[in-house]
Amino acid sequence: MYTSVHTDRRDFIKKMAVLSAMTAAAGMFPGIVFAEEQERGIPADANLDWKKAPCRFCGVGCSVLIGTENGKAIAVKGDPKSPVNKGLCCVKGYHSILALYGKDRLTKPLVKKNGKYVETSMKEALDLVASKMQKTIKDHGKDAVSIYGSGQWTIPDGYVASKLFKGCIGTNNVEANARLCMATAVTGFLTSFGLDEPMGCYEDIDYADTFVLWGNNMAEMHPVLFSRLLDQRQKRGVKIIDFATRTTRTSMAADKSILFNPQSDLAVGNAICYEIINNGWMNKTFVEEHCNFSKGLTKMGYGLEDNYKFADKPETIDFEDYKTFLEDYTPEKASKISGVSVKDIKYLAAHFGDPNTKVMSFWCMGPNQHSRGTWMNNIIYNIHLLTGKISSPGNSPFSLTGQPSACGTVREVGTLTHKLPHGVVMNKEHRELAAKIWDVPVENIDPKPTYHTVEMFRALDRGDIRFMWIQVTNPMVTMPKLKRYRDGAKKEGRFIVVSDIYPTPTTDIADVILPSAMWIEREGMYGNSERRTQYFEQMVEPPGEAMSDTMQLLEVAKRMGFEKQFYYKDETHIEEIYTEYRKHHEGKKHNMAPLEVLKAQSGAMWPYVDGKSTQWRFNAKYDPACTNGKDFHFYGKKDGKAVIWQRPYEPAAEEPDAEYPYWLGTGRVVEHWHTGSMTRRIPVLHQAMPHAYVELNPGDAKRLQIRTGDMVKLTTRRGEITLPASVNERAVPAPMQVFVPFFDEKMLINEITLDSFCPISKEPDYKKCAVNIEKA
Amino acid sequence: MPIKSYLVHPQEGKKMHLANVLSEIEQCEVLPAENKEVLILVTETYSKQEEEVLKEKLDSINEVKLMALVSGFDTPKK
Ligand code: SF4
Repeated sequence: MYTSVHTDRRDFIKKMAVLSAMTAAAGMFPGIVFAEEQERGIPADANLDWKKAPCRFCGVGCSVLIGTENGKAIAVKGDPKSPVNKGLCCVKGYHSILALYGKDRLTKPLVKKNGKYVETSMKEALDLVASKMQKTIKDHGKDAVSIYGSGQWTIPDGYVASKLFKGCIGTNNVEANARLCMATAVTGFLTSFGLDEPMGCYEDIDYADTFVLWGNNMAEMHPVLFSRLLDQRQKRGVKIIDFATRTTRTSMAADKSILFNPQSDLAVGNAICYEIINNGWMNKTFVEEHCNFSKGLTKMGYGLEDNYKFADKPETIDFEDYKTFLEDYTPEKASKISGVSVKDIKYLAAHFGDPNTKVMSFWCMGPNQHSRGTWMNNIIYNIHLLTGKISSPGNSPFSLTGQPSACGTVREVGTLTHKLPHGVVMNKEHRELAAKIWDVPVENIDPKPTYHTVEMFRALDRGDIRFMWIQVTNPMVTMPKLKRYRDGAKKEGRFIVVSDIYPTPTTDIADVILPSAMWIEREGMYGNSERRTQYFEQMVEPPGEAMSDTMQLLEVAKRMGFEKQFYYKDETHIEEIYTEYRKHHEGKKHNMAPLEVLKAQSGAMWPYVDGKSTQWRFNAKYDPACTNGKDFHFYGKKDGKAVIWQRPYEPAAEEPDAEYPYWLGTGRVVEHWHTGSMTRRIPVLHQAMPHAYVELNPGDAKRLQIRTGDMVKLTTRRGEITLPASVNERAVPAPMQVFVPFFDEKMLINEITLDSFCPISKEPDYKKCAVNIEKA
Repeated sequence: MPIKSYLVHPQEGKKMHLANVLSEIEQCEVLPAENKEVLILVTETYSKQEEEVLKEKLDSINEVKLMALVSGFDTPKK
């Protein structure tokens, strides 16, 4: 429980220390009670009005209850009625409301004049944004304007952005930061099943016997969900296997930790498939009834050059071809590539192979931010398909999301260059449906996708894009090989609008800064990792002239002459937008729950059919969209069958060599939300993790005579950065590997990362490049 | 002036005994969970050296199964 009452600084720090421990304990022991302490924070005479909202931060999508008093949010607790978190919260969730009240909230629009930011009115700022966009279109064409949004956009934000840019202006220059985290999950789902998002749900946790975590530090990144795993272990003795490149809090809590060389998960995954087939563990009936086999192109490159293009050419193969291909991945051969012992490969395979063991796989950024990420996603599905361990309670390949609405807004609304709310721009019928609902001529919607995120920033650098509107995201911290994209954005003749709640390195490159209303200062919805859409009402007023991103977009759209399409009334616009949006998804495969339902309960899972959420898609017992008369129906593919893909191991774009002998991987920490622009303004979180660091293997540190706190210089082909060392602290990288978190804008690790990406998903590989380290 | 918090996992059945042992140490404040076998320990020391001595003392307590550091703060002296 958080409250804002504190006095003496040292007492305050002690209290924070207790709070941190309490939240860590809550993560490890679901339902834990520290009775006195939990009640101590709430003022005795408090008369709080508690309302529910999905948490502002991660993709777990916990439901929280927010206590407000006199127009201010002052307390947070987990919602015991929520099936997601059952009353729990992590350290970020408990402190989330403090992010509303940082001292330097942006409250007034700022316009850059002669190199200086000048305060202006919202009306004037929005006039300027609209006129600049119109002039850019007139001078350079419609594809010279773009919008870059976020998996933290609410569903209405993303929906009106897509409608304005794709439907009204007629450009597919719509991207979102989920390209940097979830695009690979999408292409994984589409290639294997023809439809995006997990088939199962969090309730799988209550049925699975074994959990395999593929390169996923769940204890820090999805803490509440991880606590549900630990709870099941206490109750039922389930097994947790951590398969990763570094030893983390997750590895320490797991029953078994297996380390692999970066990129070699591809080889180990294939070796598991080899074992399943060669030990007779394959579920033959399931595979024959419900699966096809395919292969695609190989040696695709890594997207390092401008205007890189790749389109896969799938080719049908048969089971025998696939079996022959797997001969290259015997456990012995995969062991050589991966450094994982033959015994451990067989151990992993045996869990999947045992017909009496229900297995749930979890993964997130490891397989996604991976230069062969789509392949890695496919391989995990292959394992589950070969054993028939899919789409049924406890048997579940589950791709987790990082952001609160990466699924809800980016994947479902479709705020990526090739996407529409239903389907893709390349498909005539999909364009026709969108045009009809949007009330625009179908010719407005361009059938050709334009730029994915990395290429969009390259286009800005080249001058092909001249205007960019960035909302709820901080690309000047998160783009790989950052310097190029920052220099590009600052070039003459570019106009950048940034909507945010605090100053960031991204507002630093803006020509116009628009102050946004945050989370419960407006109304909206998020969609979490398990297809659950959750609604939140406005609970407090935004500060100053801050305005929701939805409203900013509506105001600009109307100024550009699209009043007819943006007809919504101020008081009811969120409801009207959501009702219109639902039309895109009508039908048994994706129907969204009506708003009344979302208001009444802790969200609902799509497909929402006949008043019910669908928990397990593609399984005829649970999913009304199955129509083939069989137990399973993978209706995303025309023939109703899922695809088992032949995907080889290939090396990363840049691997350690004599000059740069270490691997560099980047990632997150539990205290901070992504780039830290909110959580670094929450004292307890900032104090607990005040700055970035470089984690070293203790053996490497000893050889280099580096101790915790010593400054270490990291050099890659992109540049250098100096950071304090962390040895044997929170996590331990394998020998010849280093890890750096990216939340710290004062120590921008992305200055030196590489902008290689998965050729299919175009998602950058933040986990692998070559680096040299030395004591500074 | 380091302030640190730990989750302390006691040996089986020793939670309350451990809580008593820890609360007798001057630099320690203890908060046992009501319904689970774990305690929160907050330590407050005046220097890094004092902290190291304390840590050694804590490590030698038999009733402690595992101590996991959760947060550490270093505050300026008052
Ligand atoms: S686990 Fe994620 S959604 Fe849940 S409280 Fe923590 S940050 Fe929020």
